[in-house]
Formats: sequence, C-alpha cells, structure tokens
Amino acid sequence: MTEHEQFAEDLALHALNALEGEDRANLEKHLATCSACRIELEQLRGDGALLALSTLGPKPPLRSRQRLLDAVAKESATELTSRARSAPDTRRSWWGVLGWAATAAVIVFAASLWKENSALKQGLASASAEAAQTTRELDDLRRIAAPIIAPEAQRVTLVAVKTPPQPQGKAFYLRDRSNLVFVANNMPALPPQKAYELWLIPTQGAPIPAGVFKPDAHGSATIVNPPLPAGMEAKAFAITVENEAGSPTPTSPVVMIGTGE
Amino acid sequence: MKSGDQSAMAELYDRYSSVVYAVALRVLGDTGAAEDVLQEVFLQLWRNPGAFDSARGSLGAWLAVITRNRAIDSLRRRRPETDIEDVILSVAPDLAVEADRSRAAEKVRGVLGTMPPRQRSALEMAYFEGMSHSEIATKTGEPLGTIKTRIRTGLIALRKAFQSSG
Repeated sequence: MTEHEQFAEDLALHALNALEGEDRANLEKHLATCSACRIELEQLRGDGALLALSTLGPKPPLRSRQRLLDAVAKESATELTSRARSAPDTRRSWWGVLGWAATAAVIVFAASLWKENSALKQGLASASAEAAQTTRELDDLRRIAAPIIAPEAQRVTLVAVKTPPQPQGKAFYLRDRSNLVFVANNMPALPPQKAYELWLIPTQGAPIPAGVFKPDAHGSATIVNPPLPAGMEAKAFAITVENEAGSPTPTSPVVMIGTGE
Repeated sequence: MKSGDQSAMAELYDRYSSVVYAVALRVLGDTGAAEDVLQEVFLQLWRNPGAFDSARGSLGAWLAVITRNRAIDSLRRRRPETDIEDVILSVAPDLAVEADRSRAAEKVRGVLGTMPPRQRSALEMAYFEGMSHSEIATKTGEPLGTIKTRIRTGLIALRKAFQSSG
C-alpha cells in the first residue's frame, strides 16, 4: 500500500461516505484503476460495520413484521397477476410443509386482497354481493394463515425426548430466477481451516457449489443468492465439510441432505 | 425486479430486524423514523436480493451498513446517495444472535474507550451523524488532516481488535 499512502486516509473517509468535493472526485478516479485500494475500501467498510453491528437497542415493534409481510404480500399479488397472464407458474418452494404452507397462505391471502380490490373497482352496486362473499373468504383465510404468519405465533419444533438440538438447514430456492436463501441452525463447530459447503444436487449431472459458510458461536449461518447457473432444477440440497476456501466438487461425505417433494 | 420467497423473507426478518432497527434508531433517535428505515431496508432486499453478494461478506454486516447509509440519508433529508448494489464490504461478523452482538458491542466500547476522546468523537460524528470531514473540522476547530487521520486510525483499531480475538 506504500504507493497508495496518499489515498489511505481518504479511503477511510470514503468508506463512511464522509469524503466530499475534490478529494472524493480524485479518489474515485484512482479507485477505478486500483484494485488494491478497492480491496482496502471494502475492508474499511467492514471495519465501519463493526460500529453498526455492535449497536444495541430495543427490538422493533411487533407491528413492523406484519407491516413488512403485508407489503411483500401486496407486491407478490401484483407479480402473481402478471405471471398468471403470461405463463404457468413453475415455482415450487420445496422445503418443508411449514415453509410451503406459509408461502402459499400469504400468496393466497394476497391474491384474495387483489381480487377484492379489483371487484370493488368494477362498480359498487354489482360488487356488494361479491364483496360480502370475498369478505367471508378472507375471514376464513385469515383464520388459516394467522397461526403461520402472525408475529406473536409460537413456532415450535418437536423432537424426540432427551434429544439435543439437531442441526437444521432450510433452503428456499426459486429455480426460474436462480434465487437461493439458505438458513442453518445448530450446526456443529468446524475443525480449523474448514467450512461447510452447500451443494445444489441437480436432477442430472454433478453437484453444483451453492456457497461456503461458517456457523457463528450458536451454530447459525445464512447464505443469500450464491452464484448459480440459470434455471437449474434442484433434486436436493446437501452439505459437506470442505477447506474454508470451498471446493468445486465435494471431497468429503455428505453430512446433511434434504430433498424436495 | 420483484422477487423472493415470503417465508424466506420472514426468516431473514426474524434474524436481522433487531440489528437493522437498532442501527436506524441509533442514527435517527426516533422510533417512527427508525421503523420506516427498517421497512425500506427489508423491502429493498426483497425486491433486489441479488444486490447482496454472499461471497463478499456477512448478510448481517451488509444490512447494518445499508441501514446506516439509509438512516443518514433520512437524517440529512437527502436522496439516497449510494445504490445498495454498490455497497461491498469484506467479511465482517454476522452477529445475528443477540448474545454475540452484546459481546461485540462490549468489545467495540472497549476499543472506543481506549481512544482519545477527540478521536472517538470524530469517528462517531462521521459514522452515526453522517458528518463529512470538513463539517467535523469546522465543528471541532481542528485541521482537516487531523480529522482524516483520527478516523482512519480509529477504524484500523477496531479491525485489529476483532482480528486478534476473532
């Protein structure tokens, strides 16, 4: 970094968005051609993140969760409508009954809201009877969806008596967009220099790397959108233990696996 | 782009909403405004999940930085200055679990406690109040170069503290 010392302090300010004017313009020009300084900038942002991550405070109010899920459901309803007009929806949330049920319940709930809204726009007189019917349907759906999506709902996983917490991974995969979210809990600690590697097992061909992760002190880890080939159908997801840099192919036995339906 | 899986979003919210809300509240000092930033950050993740590159760092750290940036924009009543896809940071702890965050917070407070008060103040003014280096220099009456040095050495001190003990 010696040759870049002149930019060292500006990089720290830029990492906090605190650099301005000519200094900022000069640094951005330099960053466009200097990978070493780009890496240092990313590192400094990570250093700044420690300040943010260590901020403690009250939890957000319960209503925030519902507000977010309502907004997400509303956007999904719009998307669902446009998809229904173009092609059959091939997406499948294949992991777990609860995950599927929650997804399905929210989508159905949101679609019903959209339906209700559209019906009202068509005219008050003719819509009144239909609205009453829709309201009854909505009430039914709310009763069904509430235990699944309500923030105050208790979520309990039942295991055999005297069984210690079991490692668990949940993968949420949208094939047509190559979107993958993976959440793991209770993962055992790893030997030094080792990491867990997630694999997408396609219906044909070799396993595809889907992210390397190291669980935190509580065994939790998250992978969001690892690079994946487009449109790959997943027969299963699996986890092996690999060197921490990851491996292009599995080199050790599968320690966890989950298949679709 | 609108994409995602709602139950996955609920999982991510349950895991990271405490971090996001705490950062927003620290910057804004107002629960309503912090709640708005919380919504905005998670909706951005929902609409554009590809903006986060898991190969480059932890989701918790990335969300914390995105939140801090959005909260500062809100505080200063300006349009968002940085696209979330441009926020790339190297690996930082995830700290999704409350107990881990408490330990990390204690460690950060320890590092800040060893800094000269003026250095700590400059770092906090830049990070949590979104002040530029020239604004800090004007407020404190100190040279620009001094402010730059204080902020950089402050960040490096945090890095070393976490590198040395993991």
